[in-house]
Amino acid sequence: MTTNAETIRDLAEREYKWGFITEVEEDRVPKGLNEDIVRLISAKKGEPAFMIEWRLKAYRHWASLEKSQAEPKWANVKYGPIDYQDIVYYSAPKKKASLKSLDEVDPEILRTYDKLGIPLLEQQKLAGVAVDAVFDSVSVATTFKQKLAEKGVIFCSFSEAVQNHPELVKKYLGSVVPYTDNFFAALNAAVFTDGSFVYVPKGVRCPMELSTYFRINAAETGQFERTLIIADEGAHVSYLEGCTAPIRDENQLHAAVVELVALDNATIKYSTVQNWYPGDKEGRGGIYNFVTKRGKCLGQNSKISWTQVETGSAITWKYPSCILMGDNSVGEFYSVALTNNYQQADTGTKMIHIGKNTSSTVVSKGISAGHGQNTYRGLVKIQKGATGARNYTQCDSLLIGDKCGAHTFPYIEVKNASARMEHEASTSKIGEDQIFYLRQRGLSSEEAVSMIINGFCRQVFRELPMEFAVEAQKLLSISLEGSVG
Amino acid sequence: MNMLEIKNLHATVNNHEILKGVDLVVNAGEVHSIMGPNGSGKSTLAQVLARRETYEVTEGQVLLNGKDLLAMKPEEAACEGLFMAFQYPVEIPGISNAYFLRAALNAIRKYRGEEELDAMDFLPLLKEKMRLLEMDERFLNRPVNEGFSGGEKKRNEIVQMAVLEPKMAILDETDSGLDIDALKIVAKGVSAMRSPERAILLVTHYQRVLDYIVPDYVHVLVDGRIVKSGGPELALELEEKGYGWAEPATAQAR
Repeated sequence: MTTNAETIRDLAEREYKWGFITEVEEDRVPKGLNEDIVRLISAKKGEPAFMIEWRLKAYRHWASLEKSQAEPKWANVKYGPIDYQDIVYYSAPKKKASLKSLDEVDPEILRTYDKLGIPLLEQQKLAGVAVDAVFDSVSVATTFKQKLAEKGVIFCSFSEAVQNHPELVKKYLGSVVPYTDNFFAALNAAVFTDGSFVYVPKGVRCPMELSTYFRINAAETGQFERTLIIADEGAHVSYLEGCTAPIRDENQLHAAVVELVALDNATIKYSTVQNWYPGDKEGRGGIYNFVTKRGKCLGQNSKISWTQVETGSAITWKYPSCILMGDNSVGEFYSVALTNNYQQADTGTKMIHIGKNTSSTVVSKGISAGHGQNTYRGLVKIQKGATGARNYTQCDSLLIGDKCGAHTFPYIEVKNASARMEHEASTSKIGEDQIFYLRQRGLSSEEAVSMIINGFCRQVFRELPMEFAVEAQKLLSISLEGSVG
Repeated sequence: MNMLEIKNLHATVNNHEILKGVDLVVNAGEVHSIMGPNGSGKSTLAQVLARRETYEVTEGQVLLNGKDLLAMKPEEAACEGLFMAFQYPVEIPGISNAYFLRAALNAIRKYRGEEELDAMDFLPLLKEKMRLLEMDERFLNRPVNEGFSGGEKKRNEIVQMAVLEPKMAILDETDSGLDIDALKIVAKGVSAMRSPERAILLVTHYQRVLDYIVPDYVHVLVDGRIVKSGGPELALELEEKGYGWAEPATAQAR
């Protein structure tokens, strides 16, 4: 296959022009990963030259890492080798097209989202949340585009952003998480298929919550989405993501990258409720959730706040982080991670203080049940120039039963003596006395445990937008089913 | 009508027998007080009745309102109208008093086939009961018992009792650790709960609380058995003569 970018682009544009792909064979690329696959993905998306070049660089970097067996092994999780040649890197619903309206979305897909509680059609009528729905490798629908556009807010699939706003993509893509960052970030950069793109212009407060709903559907497929959010000077945006996948016996790889950029006085609030398929009770199947999320507080007085509720996935490897470059910038990380059955989570954050008077808050709540293993791993780094930096870290673990584990690895590096650091940690078991107390008042043991856990997670839940908080509470209860005798 | 009927109740903890044959009948409308020295089995009796699983019943029978109490789980007993005010109320961090109590009340209402109350209907009810126990409204949104003083915790127990309106209330040393003002408030709350439909079992060390909640019957529990029963005057006699006075009766009972 030729490496000539022009040829690729021609091919791509033709495909783009011709609209949707009808051939079944073209809905999904062959298994395996090589330069041809990377080009094919780029071609399918009709990408400009800078994208294919970037992808190929990323692929070559990843290939060299793979050759030298540089897949990260330091996380406190155990899993068998991943055969990267046994994964399908692109899978799209048959009727993939440049959709003019939701009416053109495959009714099957709309029904899927309905079932997931994300009725895309109704979203148009209900004010409140704008939704981008990503089904396997592609974005199938984005609601409220028009209304957002009136304010100058760009909210679209990553693919559309590449087509319609290449200058923004070119400027910021990889600026927070370069493809050289780590093994999975390199893999993602090479093969990422879609995701969401948000740009909030200067001084604009985004009029509604933005939300992306990710769905892995096809078998033997990896999902590699990429999200890029840019809040220009003085802009405010709150973004939510949710994710699910069907039950399958084999493990599926999800390696996403999220980049956030906050300019002067901008605020980005990023909330996640992660509910990928966790595997069955014996630990068969489930998603490998190997995700790189990072935000850059580039501007003064900027703020990035991560809130995550992680209940799904067989393995979670995820550290939403903040690079606090701008003076007085603020980073926050609120996390609930639950592991039940044979789930493993190694999650936490990095707070890198570079600017003056930067402050960060870390609140992590880990819950382990069954044979679950839950690890908090966090780094707070105060650079030389970060005079007046402050950090508060609170790290609590809750154990249910006696076969699970909680582990904490806090790293603190301080290179400026003016820094003020606080670290609190606790590990507790749900007390028999607490459960009995609640049962004596009429609650079942499941209700009692769920109430105790919701209380334990309250500091995090209150950071979530209202509807998400309710969903998160329900999710925790469901995820814990059967964990209490 | 018999609200609670205990027949020859034996219970052990870690194979150690604590209750050695308790017999007691409490009728609706009555207030009974169980008194006894430390380690006599008073709290064990309360916990067994509340169906705590750490206690094993080895012999005997207990009927709650005619139903087999010992076959019930703790939450079933609660839904059947049994309430225990804890000697050491437990903290539930992060869950507000109001949320917790509404969940409890609704669990019970659901069990009884009654409609659940929403926050709008529930709040006035809770506030009214809190006023009765002279508890500030800020306790509504404070996490259950977290950071409460000993007295506040005990008052909170009685607030819960007032909201849940049990048929059979067991107060496990609710008076211990209370200063005289708090004791009076708690006693007022409990007394307000006296009704012909409700039975109350007061477990206590001291006679003092019985000045404010005058019981219909007083029982003395020593070494896992009720060794003496009588009217309120028995409490005064105990106060004067000490539990040692009742002990010979134990020997006789053996």
